Amino acid sequence: MNLQEYIKKVQNKEIDIIEYTKKVLEECKKINKEYHYFNTISEDLALTQAKALSKNPKGKLAGVFISVKDSICVKDIESTAGSKILRGYKPIFHATAVEKAINEGAIIIGKTAQDEFGFGGFAVNVGLDFQIPLNPFDKKRATGGSSGGAGGITQKASFPHIALGECTGGSIESPASFCSVFGLVPSYGRVSRYGLIDYGNSFDKLGPLGKSSDDCALMLEVIAGFDPKDATSLNKKTESYTNYLKKEVKGFKIGIIKEAFGEGIDPQVKETVLNAIKKLEKKGCTIKEVSLPLTMKYGIPTYYILATAEASTNLAKYCGMRYGTTEELKGNFDEYFTKVRSKNFGKEAKRRIMLGTFTRMSGFRDAYYIKAAKVRTLIIEEYKNALKDVDVLISPTMPLLPPEFSELKNLTPLQNYMLDIMTVGPNLAGLPHASIPVGFTKDLPVGMMVISNYLEEGKLIQIGKEFNN
Amino acid sequence: MEINKELILKVAKNARLNLSEQEIQEFIPQFKEVLNAFSQLDKLKTENIKPSFQPGEIRNNVREDIIRESLSEEEILKNSKHKKDNYFLGPKAL
Repeated sequence: MNLQEYIKKVQNKEIDIIEYTKKVLEECKKINKEYHYFNTISEDLALTQAKALSKNPKGKLAGVFISVKDSICVKDIESTAGSKILRGYKPIFHATAVEKAINEGAIIIGKTAQDEFGFGGFAVNVGLDFQIPLNPFDKKRATGGSSGGAGGITQKASFPHIALGECTGGSIESPASFCSVFGLVPSYGRVSRYGLIDYGNSFDKLGPLGKSSDDCALMLEVIAGFDPKDATSLNKKTESYTNYLKKEVKGFKIGIIKEAFGEGIDPQVKETVLNAIKKLEKKGCTIKEVSLPLTMKYGIPTYYILATAEASTNLAKYCGMRYGTTEELKGNFDEYFTKVRSKNFGKEAKRRIMLGTFTRMSGFRDAYYIKAAKVRTLIIEEYKNALKDVDVLISPTMPLLPPEFSELKNLTPLQNYMLDIMTVGPNLAGLPHASIPVGFTKDLPVGMMVISNYLEEGKLIQIGKEFNN
Repeated sequence: MEINKELILKVAKNARLNLSEQEIQEFIPQFKEVLNAFSQLDKLKTENIKPSFQPGEIRNNVREDIIRESLSEEEILKNSKHKKDNYFLGPKAL
């Protein structure tokens, strides 16, 4: 039964949604024991929503089970962004995207595991006392991150489910690739950020992870749109994204990013993605090589300077006063804030706060922060030029197969950051992009990343559909 | 600029972080490696380039100034253990 058939059955009261929700929650608990995809399972909320739905089964997402990345606020449900410093925080409002999904009949099943505040590409930098999510295909390997729990539960769920994730520099694409699901990152500003626990405000984007391109299209249709509560949300008309599922890809011009298939890429990942491109060629797409030399060479330092600078200012608000973890009120404010922060931030959070504080410090600001913001302009221009001649750009999503935890342990922070090579570019430029599952090699999944022009999410959905199971 | 313990402590103080000796010793080589990679950008000429603080141009989106109900004091204070007389209670400022 596909998602649309299920929704119709719920709307027609052919399914006992309360009983079904109970079963789904049991399955979530079972999966969670083994794989650690949830920080919280919102049992009471899900059952309340199921009861309401049983009386009034309406909405585009009627009865669809939605998991929400822990950094996205759900009213009265502990929302920690995977950080010990936010333990106990229960938002007094829903994020706009969550509210929109609920208004369309969605049932919220819980908050998914992530790197603390989104600081990582593998979901191993979870906050102090949190558990690391395990890859659904091999428990010795990472789910990808930072929306690792979202990727994992999307793969493992046997029930109709869509994950609401969030991406700053690759946090939807990486887990989508490593967990073999579809992940869609909309244009910056297309989906409201209201109610998101920020990482980097000029980068953060909410988006869906689903088992098919159809699931992502449906969810985007529900959550996209202007929101007066988010000053950076776009005041432009949204589209019926599901309409793109009926359109053919014939005639699309595809740009293959030359540098993304060169040195440092796992040869099997490369081969799998090139085979997927051949499939598109057979469907009537034309192929052309495109070069993005600046982005591929300078994308990583540009992204990490800007994102850590933004993160360090965002995390300044966590000081144990108004919400989250607190300590006994002792000492002056400096001593108190320092104590709470030092005790409750994890190592990667501290490292990024330190890097971001440094690059904004008097004397260094022009050399790092302003310089990177200027290079960002050059990178945006490079994409604009590249997309003049083609409809979409394609690369592997990740340069490697899902790594084993033991391999990640030996990497320095810089080596770790370098693995975001494919994903930081479109995120610097705020362009919509998607990771599409295109096959397996050595029993491990491979994702292909497709980038389109600003507000052309429809093209991603069209291409994604060609790889639906 | 030398990346040493003194610099790390200065940054940590600004960031309101108290680092252990072990954390300091770990951060020194890591900072060296990362900042060296950041310095790659020096190779690019950017004198006449405008910085981008957002991926696209965003105009001021200001809402209409309409009086509406806001959150209650009870809701605002709900998540804090430290409160008194409907205010947040903080550490000593002086």
